[in-house]
Amino acid sequence: MKVLVPIKRVIDYNVKVRVKADNTNVDLANVKMAINPFCEIAVEEAVRLKEAGTATEVIAVSIGDKSCQEQLRTALALGADRAIQIETDQNLDSLNVAKLLQKVVEEEQPQLIILGKQSIDSDNNQTGQMLAALTGLPQGTFASEVKVDGDKVNVTREVDGGLQTVALNLPAIVTTDLRLNEPRYASLPNIMKAKRKPLDVKSAADFGIDLSPRSTLLKVTPPSERQAGIVVETVDELVEKLKNEAKVIS
Amino acid sequence: MSILVFAEHDNNELKSDTLKTVAAAQAIGGDIHLLVAGSNCSAVAEQAAKVNGVSKVLVADNAAYEHQLAENVSLLVTDLAADYEHILATALTTGKNFMPRVAAMLDVAQISDIIGVESADTFVRPIYAGNAIATVQSLDSKKVITVRSTGFDAVATDGNAEVVNIDNATDAGTSRHVSDELTVSERPDLGAASVVISGGRGMQNGDNFKLLDGIADKLGAAIGASRAAVDAGFVANDMQVGQTGKIVAPDLYIAVGISGAIQHLAGMKDSKVIVAINKDAEAPIFQVADYGIVGDLFDVLPELEAKL
Ligand SMILES: Cc1cc2nc3c(=O)[nH]c(=O)nc-3n(C[C@H](O)[C@H](O)[C@H](O)COP(=O)(O)OP(=O)(O)OC[C@H]3O[C@@H](n4cnc5c(N)ncnc54)[C@H](O)[C@@H]3O)c2cc1C
Ligand SMILES: Nc1ncnc2c1ncn2[C@@H]1O[C@H](COP(=O)(O)O)[C@@H](O)[C@H]1O
Repeated sequence: MKVLVPIKRVIDYNVKVRVKADNTNVDLANVKMAINPFCEIAVEEAVRLKEAGTATEVIAVSIGDKSCQEQLRTALALGADRAIQIETDQNLDSLNVAKLLQKVVEEEQPQLIILGKQSIDSDNNQTGQMLAALTGLPQGTFASEVKVDGDKVNVTREVDGGLQTVALNLPAIVTTDLRLNEPRYASLPNIMKAKRKPLDVKSAADFGIDLSPRSTLLKVTPPSERQAGIVVETVDELVEKLKNEAKVIS
Repeated sequence: MSILVFAEHDNNELKSDTLKTVAAAQAIGGDIHLLVAGSNCSAVAEQAAKVNGVSKVLVADNAAYEHQLAENVSLLVTDLAADYEHILATALTTGKNFMPRVAAMLDVAQISDIIGVESADTFVRPIYAGNAIATVQSLDSKKVITVRSTGFDAVATDGNAEVVNIDNATDAGTSRHVSDELTVSERPDLGAASVVISGGRGMQNGDNFKLLDGIADKLGAAIGASRAAVDAGFVANDMQVGQTGKIVAPDLYIAVGISGAIQHLAGMKDSKVIVAINKDAEAPIFQVADYGIVGDLFDVLPELEAKL
């Protein structure tokens, strides 16, 4: 069984991003970049399926400019077998990302496609579901457990009320939540080995898809900042303030 | 111009977040229809008919929609889409699950998690864990939108809309509901509570979360948690507040043993009043707290409970 894992290069989750002074976007100059944390969980899950003998090949794919090859190498170091970069300078809507991924799915015919549930930059939470719609495949989003069982996969999902388990016909699409697994660290020998694993580069323009943007970013502003308040010395003082100053308790 | 709003419910009760999503629809402006998709959900349809600003309630009551599987609900909504310029759902796990499918089937983008409406095609949404606020103009003819409920005030419920049954029943047949493991709680919903008290890694274990119970009882509060507390197995996943968990904005948020990572702040920093209880005076949570107590939570919590 082939497993396809789409991954995205994003700002490192520890970095607090700043808005540019001209309000056109956020400032990503000289900011530390990394593989989107949910995508890292997706790679880990695919690699574990391979280690368990369920998956035969793990393919990582990323859409972006040349710099995303760095994250593809990370995926290879974590255990993916080969990688595909779809080259574009454009910042694509999730719909356009999903359309490109649809072509990769048609070509590679994976049985399972594991994506992150959300990019931590756009906070979109869309691509997996859109890819599922375009390919007509069932989806198990926000997964905390994935069990392949013959021609089906059981996915336990983190939902508002708790957990929900669904059974999907394969091929299927899964998007990862935080509790699915704890990704490993890439070892130095594996980082070295990853340099020799195949990484194909394709041009997004060659896919013959209309990738024109579906929205215009009019402006980006900083959020209203909260002012730090006061430190109270005693619980009595806290209760008094909440009652009489903030008036949030009675 | 008509707007279709997807109603959040569990086949028994309409979720109050829907009232905020209808408020977002009102801000866009137009004739608003509410879609109730479920099974044996007539009680929800009745409640939906009372939502102000709604002219018509469409009820798709069928076994295919019992668990609101994305594969089935997205087909239903896409079938109805021709009559609407805007399709809205609340940005909760159900809406997040099926709405991008609807968008892709209609060949339009989705605008996720809006917190403001500038005009019928321009919306405001947080990006980068709320560290930046984007204003985006949609170029698509149809707008598929999920609404973050903390951005809007609920509409009232003394309306009287027409209820129409639609006999659409689409089962894609590719997925099946197996089981639910839902958290049963007497407490208010995290999203709906006016007071939330959350525990973090500092709570040390699940048992210690009982220290929050007495306070929550006295304040009628919901109990939340940080990711670290959920990952460590102290409490259930549905209690996680943050960028990738639940977004809350109560009148009072009390963070106990939580450091205040940006991902946690993303889920609660729009609360009206924030209290932090942490033994580390340098913890970033104090930078957003209105009132902080630097101290050991095992001393502070029992005293707080006693003095409320
Ligand atoms: C992709 C991604 C998504 C994420 N999404 C979320 C999310 O949605 N929500 C979320 O919360 N996090 C999220 N996180 C995790 C986030 O980055 C932090 O790791 C997490 O919020 C830390 O939880 P914490 O504050 O409980 O733990 P810690 O950071 O370990 O803080 C514990 C605090 O408890 C205090 N403490 C310890 N003992 C005591 C005591 N006895 N009395 C008083 N204080 C005490 C300590 O001083 C410390 O400040 C996400 C991370 C990633 C990478
Ligand atoms: N440019 C991209 N290249 C490859 N995968 C992507 C890209 N953008 C998004 N994805 C995948 O889609 C998931 C969800 O992203 P989003 O819908 O943008 O929140 C990510 O975790 C990735 O798995």
